[in-house]
Amino acid sequence: MKKSLKARLAILSDAAKYDASCASSGTTRRDSSGSGGQESGGLGSTEGSGICHAYAPDGRCISLLKILMTNFCIYDCAYCINRSSSNVERARFSPEEVIWLTLEFYRRNYIEGLFLSSGIIRNSDYTMEQMVRIARDLRVTHNFRGYIHLKTIPDASAKLIEEAGLFADRLSINIELPTDAGVEKFAPQKHPRNIRRSMGELKTKIDEAGEPTLRTRRRKTFAPAGQSTQMIIGADEASDATILGTSAGLYDAYRLRRVYYSAFSPIPDASKALPLIKPPLVREHRLYQADWLYRFYGFGIEEITAGRPDGMLDLTIDPKLAWALENRGRFPVDINTADKEMLLRVPGFGTKTVKAILSARQFKRLAMGDLMRLKVSVKKVQAFVTASGWSPLKLIDRSDLRSLFVPEPQQLVLL
Amino acid sequence: MRIVLRARGDFEEWRTAARALLSQGTVPRDIEWVSEDAAGSDLFSAPASPPIGGAAPVSVPKAFLPLAESLICHSDPSRFDLAYRLLWRLQTEHALLHIRSDPDVARAHAFDRSVHRDSHKMHAFVRFKEVPASGQRRAFVSWFEPDHFIVARNAGFFRRRFADMDWLIATPKGAISWDGTDVRFCDAPADKPDIQDDADDLWRTYFANIFNPARLKVKMMQTEMPKKYWKNLPEADLIPDLIAGAEHRGRDMAARQASDTVPKFHERLHGRKP
Ligand code: SF4
Repeated sequence: MKKSLKARLAILSDAAKYDASCASSGTTRRDSSGSGGQESGGLGSTEGSGICHAYAPDGRCISLLKILMTNFCIYDCAYCINRSSSNVERARFSPEEVIWLTLEFYRRNYIEGLFLSSGIIRNSDYTMEQMVRIARDLRVTHNFRGYIHLKTIPDASAKLIEEAGLFADRLSINIELPTDAGVEKFAPQKHPRNIRRSMGELKTKIDEAGEPTLRTRRRKTFAPAGQSTQMIIGADEASDATILGTSAGLYDAYRLRRVYYSAFSPIPDASKALPLIKPPLVREHRLYQADWLYRFYGFGIEEITAGRPDGMLDLTIDPKLAWALENRGRFPVDINTADKEMLLRVPGFGTKTVKAILSARQFKRLAMGDLMRLKVSVKKVQAFVTASGWSPLKLIDRSDLRSLFVPEPQQLVLL
Repeated sequence: MRIVLRARGDFEEWRTAARALLSQGTVPRDIEWVSEDAAGSDLFSAPASPPIGGAAPVSVPKAFLPLAESLICHSDPSRFDLAYRLLWRLQTEHALLHIRSDPDVARAHAFDRSVHRDSHKMHAFVRFKEVPASGQRRAFVSWFEPDHFIVARNAGFFRRRFADMDWLIATPKGAISWDGTDVRFCDAPADKPDIQDDADDLWRTYFANIFNPARLKVKMMQTEMPKKYWKNLPEADLIPDLIAGAEHRGRDMAARQASDTVPKFHERLHGRKP
């Protein structure tokens, strides 16, 4: 007997939850009101930053309807719940059902749009074709202007990818594991070389679309929110230095918008090839922080991992603080004179704080009270800055400085 | 001087009063700003209506306008005083808004952040429920409880997004609606409608299954989706059970070793291309 829509929704969202990405940001502005030369009467809008419509108890943002078209798969990737050798319950949506769910969820303001991925059925092109059809029907037939993210199927033909980019805001190809050896070992049917080639082709198309053509002076729209990828953390032996190095390489070579890190999580009917571990959530968090330092704070990857002989990030303190403690000679930083690059390196200063400091100090000399009103944690920064009326010289020389920041060990009591 | 305002998020109301006061040279500490609600209970002081007309427009830095518009929507009774004090100081301290660490500016930005956050949560947590439609277009109704007087300023967002359907968002701080032609706003408190929508059941199914019990982070969820919103979210009453069952489910997943059998279709595939 065919399973009900509800039963299949349960299976196919359960199967999608191991993908960390949920972003619905960074695309072009669109709406359905008929302003700005767009035809009116459709459904949906995108306004720059995405919206999280709910949060699950795992703390993750729910922004998109994240589902698989089907969890049948002819591949056998060891880390994946949908691999062909898994005994998980299988189900499949028709394209019409995916479209209906997306539109009805959207109308009730549950979601920003659709993140569609799929196991591979028959072959790559057959699967990709169905996914493209869903995106096309949403856009063309139903005038849907919300967000669409399609996970491209490995080895799908260039023509299908090209078509996907016309309808989707974002396309992604998962790199899966941080090293080629890892991919070959755990995803035997996937080839790191092909994954990188696909990323390269996507980059070329996205870049081309960014160039206004001579004749029309208008830009073509091709995946305006760019491409992203995901790496599973903790399934293989790769160190944080290796992982971050791979990310930096991907950001530079293919201009990815995001690399998502997904702590390897136990899955039902897990393959024996993999460790049965608790997902390394703290490690995942530190990797995101390091990734952030690389992209927005001017840090090089080598700097972030330099102080760590085993290439693993410090789990007890964040990587920016760890770097500062390793490089005490560069502190304290005078908030009234230091340049932007150095201000960004102060633990406790975010990019917005630095901007506010740079603006305010043109008009007055800043004291610690000013930082407090900028919502900076004075406790966190006082060892690293000088300000009008404040100099921390003694603090920065303290040999126990690190211990001031390390969270207190949990107290044990006798029952 | 006592200035009584309706005080339900109408920027024009404050602007008219502030312009007039400024042109008369009234210093901030001489003004007592009162809302109609608060004034109504105070029978003996006859409400002085704001001085009207004759006031020349005042010039302010461009950044002041959006900041003041946002401030006026805040529900804190001191918002009008704060906005006027900024306006007053800006007449001589032209760079004031660049000094984010100034106590008045910092406070204004704190109010502004709170109003923005409230709007953002409105965009996120409004849940439409379908109601019978009278014409061709489908019709939806929502109930939301904002902290501040933000309903009118967010009409545009919902109009841009839900153009092809009729909708009404009712709140204790006013209601907005859209019928394909006009947006209507009323600042009077609305009543909570009682409506069921079957789609909520599918959404709850999705919410329960997209959650990974091996990664429980309850505090993170609650900072972003504070409990005060839960009563109007169809999915929220699932949360306690999801949390309670998580550890058990997580351990269960981890403990369940891979079975020794594989599905038939895997064997077939495997047989086909070894
Ligand atoms: S191809 Fe994708 S869905 Fe199929 S087993 Fe590999 S990771 Fe899972």
